[in-house]
Amino acid sequence: MPILNYLWIILALPLLGSAINGLLGKNFSKPAVNAIGIGSVSLSFLSVVELAREFAQLPAGDIPWVRNYFTWITAGQFKVDFSLQVDQLTIVMLFVVTFVSLLVHVYSTGYMAHEEGYYRFFSYLNLFVFFMLTLVLAANVVLMFVGWEGVGLCSYLLIGFWSLKRSAISAGKKAFITTRIGDFGFTVGILLLFWTFKSVDFNAIFKQTMNMPAEGFAPGGVLTVICILLFTGAIGKSAQLPLYVWLPDAMEGPTPVSALIHAATMVTAGVYMVARMNPLFARAPFALFIVALVGVLTAFYAATIGLLQTDIKKVLAYSTISQLGYMFLGLGVGAYAAGVFHLMTHAFFKGLLFLAAGSVIHAMGGEQDMLKMGGLRKQIPVTYWTMFIATLAIAGIPGFAGFFSKDEILDAAGSGPHANIWLWLLALAGAGLTSFYMFRLIFLTFFGKPRFDAHKVHVHESPRSMTVPLMILAFLSTFGGWFAAPHLLGGTDYFEKFLHPIFSTYAVPAGVEQQVSLAGAAGSAGEIARSPIMELIHSLTGPPVIIALAGLLLAWWFYIKSPEIPERLEQRARGLYTLIFHKYYVDEIYAALIVNPLLWISTNVLWHGVDETLIDGAVNGVARVARESGSQLREIQSGNARSYASWVVIGAVGVTVLMLGLWGVVR
Amino acid sequence: MVPISYYLVLSAILFGLGIIAFVFKRNIITIFMSIELMLNAVNLAFVAFARAHNQLDGLVFVFFVIVVAAAEAAVGLAIVITVYQNRQSLNIERINLLKF
Repeated sequence: MPILNYLWIILALPLLGSAINGLLGKNFSKPAVNAIGIGSVSLSFLSVVELAREFAQLPAGDIPWVRNYFTWITAGQFKVDFSLQVDQLTIVMLFVVTFVSLLVHVYSTGYMAHEEGYYRFFSYLNLFVFFMLTLVLAANVVLMFVGWEGVGLCSYLLIGFWSLKRSAISAGKKAFITTRIGDFGFTVGILLLFWTFKSVDFNAIFKQTMNMPAEGFAPGGVLTVICILLFTGAIGKSAQLPLYVWLPDAMEGPTPVSALIHAATMVTAGVYMVARMNPLFARAPFALFIVALVGVLTAFYAATIGLLQTDIKKVLAYSTISQLGYMFLGLGVGAYAAGVFHLMTHAFFKGLLFLAAGSVIHAMGGEQDMLKMGGLRKQIPVTYWTMFIATLAIAGIPGFAGFFSKDEILDAAGSGPHANIWLWLLALAGAGLTSFYMFRLIFLTFFGKPRFDAHKVHVHESPRSMTVPLMILAFLSTFGGWFAAPHLLGGTDYFEKFLHPIFSTYAVPAGVEQQVSLAGAAGSAGEIARSPIMELIHSLTGPPVIIALAGLLLAWWFYIKSPEIPERLEQRARGLYTLIFHKYYVDEIYAALIVNPLLWISTNVLWHGVDETLIDGAVNGVARVARESGSQLREIQSGNARSYASWVVIGAVGVTVLMLGLWGVVR
Repeated sequence: MVPISYYLVLSAILFGLGIIAFVFKRNIITIFMSIELMLNAVNLAFVAFARAHNQLDGLVFVFFVIVVAAAEAAVGLAIVITVYQNRQSLNIERINLLKF
C-alpha cells in the first residue's frame, strides 16, 4: 500500500487523535491521553518518512504528485476539489511540521503535567497539526486557506488556553483579529486569482503563468495586485510590519505552544505561501520588492525592540518576528530556497530556544523576568547547553544551522539577481542586533550572580521528557544546516538543489528578468573561479560573521565584563531608551488611532445608536403603536348596550349611504 | 289600487320609530319590541315590492324573516328572563359588566 495514494492518512491521524482526546479525553488517564496525542503525531511522522522514501523513487514527470479525493465545492465555473499535492517543498514542510510537532508533544507531557485540562491541550495541539498539514498538503489555494484559517483558530484556542487569565484571553482575541485584517487581503487575493485564471488549482494557475510576461516594476498589473494581496495575508499570519503586534502578546500561551505555533510552524505559513506562489511573484517584481522591503524592515525593527526586553519569552517573540523578516527578505530577493532553508533551520533553533526558555521558566517556578534570574548555568546544565547552541545558531556563528541559512539570504541580498545594497546593509545591521540581544539573554539568564532569593526558588533541572527534545533539537540546530555546507566551498547546496524544480519549472522564460539573472550568473561565475579554500575563507570572514562576533563581544562586555555600562547608556540616551523600551509605543498608537475609535464607534454608533435606537426602537415602536391605539380604542367597548345600538345604527346608515352613492356611480 | 310608495313610506316610518325606540328606550322588553317593529317594517316593504313586481321572492323572504324572528324571540326572551333573575332589573344601563 504505497502511501502516495493515501495521502489523507497523514492528515487523518492527528484529526482522529484530536477528536478522541477532545471528546472522550476527560475520563482518560494522563498516560492514555499521552498515548493518543503522541501516538497520532508519531504515526503521522512515520507516514511522512515513508512518503519521502516513495517520493524519492518517483519519476520527475510525476512531480508534483496530485491526488484528488472528492469534489468539495462546485458553483458554475468555480470548482474546488479536496485534492492533496506532494512535491519537494511539501516534503520539506511535512518533515519540519511533523517532527517539531512530535518533539513539542513529548515536551508538553512534562511541561503541562500539572495543568488542568491536560486532555484539552493535547486535543488542540493535534488539531493544530491537522490544519497545518492541510495547509502544507493542499493542492489548491482554497483548501490551503482552510488550513490557514484552521491554524489561526488553534492559535487562538491555545493562546487562551489558560482561559481564566484575562490577559491570555485578550491576547488570543488580539491574535485572531489582527491576523483577520491580513486574511481579508488574502481572501480578496484568492478571488482575484480565480477571476484571472478561472481556477484555484496551483498547477493549473502556474501553467497559465507560463504564457504571461513579467510585469514591469510598477504597481497596477493584475499579477502584482494579486501578489500584494496574498502577501497581505502573509503579513498578518507571519507577524510582519505593521501587523506584528499580536505575536509578542501571544506569549501568554503555554510555552510549548509558543515554540510550535508561534515560532516553528504556523507563523512560517506566510513564508511557505509566498514560496508556493513563486511563479506569480517571479512575474511581479514590484510585489517581490515589497516582500523584501517589508521583510528587511521587520527584521531590523523587531531586532531593535528585542534589545531591551526583559521578559525571556518576549525577547524570543521579537526575535521570531525579526527572523521571519529574514525569510521574507530571502524570498523577496529571489532566493526562495534560502528563505525556505531559513524557515527550516529557524524551526529547529527557535523551537529549541522556546522550549529551553520554557525549561528555564519551569526551573524558576514560573518566573519570566530575566532581571530576576542569573547564574543558572550550573544548576540546569542541559537547558543551558542546548540553549547556548541554539543561540550560536541564531546569531549566525559559523558551523551552526542559522549561519548557513542566514548567510545565503544575506548573500542573495548583496549579490543575487535582485540585490540591493540598502537591503543588505539593513539586514546585516539586524544580524548584529540579533547576535547582541540573544547573547544578552544568555548572559542575563545563565551567567553572573543569582538575582533571586535562593531560599524561595528551588531551581531544578526539568524531567527527561523535556530535556530529550531539547537535545534532539540542539543536534539539529548544529547539523541541520550542513546540507548547505558545499555552498561555502563554492559548490552546490544540496537543499537548494532538492528544491530547485519548485522554483525553476515556472520561472520567467525570457526578457528582462533573464538578463538580470545572467548578469548575476556572470558575477557568480567570477566567484566560482576562486579555489574552494579561498571561498571558505571568504565565507568565514565575511561581514555576517564579523558582525555576529561583534554582537557577541559587545553583549559580553555589557553584561559580563562591566555590567554598569548599560545603565550609563540608559542615562545618556534616555529618550531613545524609553522609546525602544516601550516598543516604539506602537501598541499605544494602534490603540489611539484604531482600537479606541473603533470601540467608540461600536459602542456609541453601532450599539447605542443603530442597535438600541434604530432596531430596538423600530421593534418596540411597532409594539407601542399597537398597545397605545388598543388602549384608546378599547373605550368603545363601554359595556353600555345602547351605545352599541347607536353604533349599529350609525353603521347601517353609513352602509346605506355608501350603497346609494355607489348605486348612483354605477348607474 | 294603492301606489307602492304609500307602503314604502309607511314602512320607513315604522322602521324609523323602531330605530328611535331601539336607541333611546331603557327597558329590555321595549327594545325587544322595537326590533320586532323594525323586522315587520321590512316585511311590509318586501310584501309591497312582491305585489308591485308580481314576484314571489319577496314573500319567501318574509317567511324567512318571520321564522328567524320567532327563533330570536324565543332565545331573546330566555336571556331576558335569566338577566332578570340575576339582577332583579330590566334596565339596560345597569347591565354593563361586559366591557374593556
